[in-house]
Amino acid sequence: MARAVTTQRKLVYTIAAWSVALLIFFPVLWTILTSFKTETSAVANPPELLSADWTLENYAEVWGRTDYPRFFLNSVIISVGSTLLGLLIAIPAAWSMAFVPSNKTKDLLMWMLSTKMMPAAAVLIPMYLIFQRTGLFDTRTGLVLALMLMNLPVIIWMLYTYFKEIPGEILEAARMDGASLRDEVLYILTPMAIPGIASTMLLNIILAWNEAFWTITLTTTKAAPLSAFIASFSAPQGLFYAKLSAASTMAIAPILILGWFSQKQLVRGLTFGAVK
Amino acid sequence: MATQSSRATARLMVAPSVIVLFIWMIVPLALTLWFAFRIYRLLSPDRNGWAGFSNFLWYFNSPDFWLAISNTLVLVGGVLAITIVFGVLIALLIDQPVWGQGPLRILVISPFFVMPPVAASVWENLFMHPQNGLLAAGAIGLGMQPILFLEQYPMSSVIFIVSWEWLPFATLIFLTALQSLSSEQLEAAEMDGASALSRFRYIVMPHMTRAITVVVLIQTIFLLGIFGEIFTTTQGGPGSASTTLPYMIYKQAVIAKDIGRAAAGGIIAVILANIVAFFLMRSMGKHLDT
Repeated sequence: MARAVTTQRKLVYTIAAWSVALLIFFPVLWTILTSFKTETSAVANPPELLSADWTLENYAEVWGRTDYPRFFLNSVIISVGSTLLGLLIAIPAAWSMAFVPSNKTKDLLMWMLSTKMMPAAAVLIPMYLIFQRTGLFDTRTGLVLALMLMNLPVIIWMLYTYFKEIPGEILEAARMDGASLRDEVLYILTPMAIPGIASTMLLNIILAWNEAFWTITLTTTKAAPLSAFIASFSAPQGLFYAKLSAASTMAIAPILILGWFSQKQLVRGLTFGAVK
Repeated sequence: MATQSSRATARLMVAPSVIVLFIWMIVPLALTLWFAFRIYRLLSPDRNGWAGFSNFLWYFNSPDFWLAISNTLVLVGGVLAITIVFGVLIALLIDQPVWGQGPLRILVISPFFVMPPVAASVWENLFMHPQNGLLAAGAIGLGMQPILFLEQYPMSSVIFIVSWEWLPFATLIFLTALQSLSSEQLEAAEMDGASALSRFRYIVMPHMTRAITVVVLIQTIFLLGIFGEIFTTTQGGPGSASTTLPYMIYKQAVIAKDIGRAAAGGIIAVILANIVAFFLMRSMGKHLDT
């Protein structure tokens, strides 16, 4: 909708848009600022900004008192692991649905999405018992499986919408020229599908990183990721605002930075290809 | 290009996904259904046997249940209304010619990357806390009494927090849709004397139908199961004022340790989700067909 406008109008729009954006972002910014204050400064009334006592102590204390590296490592293994495993199963499925569609493909996709409609709390007890019995409780393997299955419908949907945009004629042409299935996949499909696979991967790592129901209910200590780490931190204990902010910042920073760098690819993936 | 053998290969390639998803759906569901008709209390393990429909009846006779159903629907409806209205407005604003659109998008999308437990505890402690929260400081600064957000307005506060988390998603999808709107059409309408309001009503909104459908569908799926935000902030209280159906089930399972009742609640939640899904698909499915 780019139209010629006067500089004055552009200035008004810019100020308005930036005010709204900063207002939306403010809670994140305030959390980060509070994490660098002393506890007394963090709860000061009126709130301190320029006059605040700045310190790095909160980070040192959270780092020292908790096992942050382990939580962090668990988060990385679980989110990346479940995404890669999901892609492994989803790529063939999405590929065949996109290129060899049948009259049931649409229903199948809808059914897959409908498996996500089941509220997690509804099946908490059976999942808990299954995990206990099979020895998957509080293991990374268990969470990788659970989050993979939870996000599989989303992964298949996203890949399907990307693959659908690869023109089928190219494949036919390659086949006429005598390309084998292996050549087809390796030299034609893969290069064209890589951007779609990459942005699917990104979005699912973020979804898995932020998942907080199964990660909290199906772990205790060994396999607990950052979402469980932060949940254990929210019980108030004396002066804890600055430390809570530091822990929060440490939990969201990795994915926030990843998200910022990849937001262009994410937008496309987020819309399930349904909005262009 | 679909020969007999390629069709067979295609089925083979879909099979793993269908099988694992089917197991993931049917096994917990079957177990839940089994427990729902059993007497199964962790606190009195010697009492067991068939419960008939008593686990279900307990819900229908409990006044909290109808409150939980209405809270669940109010939460979904409230968040959808807020994110769609403000999402469209903010998208319209960002879509105007402004300086620094890239950084703007990054700021607006940020809440989406914040995990629910963090979002909930930051809002609860740093903002809504009646003594130390920033909103209380603001109220005192203006010479007013601090508002007890989570105690007096628990549902509105939870809806507000969840809306903050989902606003970026809605805004971004609307922004993407707006950017594919042809400017010629708008300019032509403007030259023909259409007011800003009627341009919005007759050109922008019809173009957005599909985007709004996507937002409603995807958000409803996630919002029906909202749990972490309530668990962190109000614990369903005060009383049962902010207890939703998922939270009520959780309370039966983890606090009352009544597995049979929790399972019956689970079945009710699945049925409710299916009813909502049915109406959604019927009213919106036509916008999604390509």
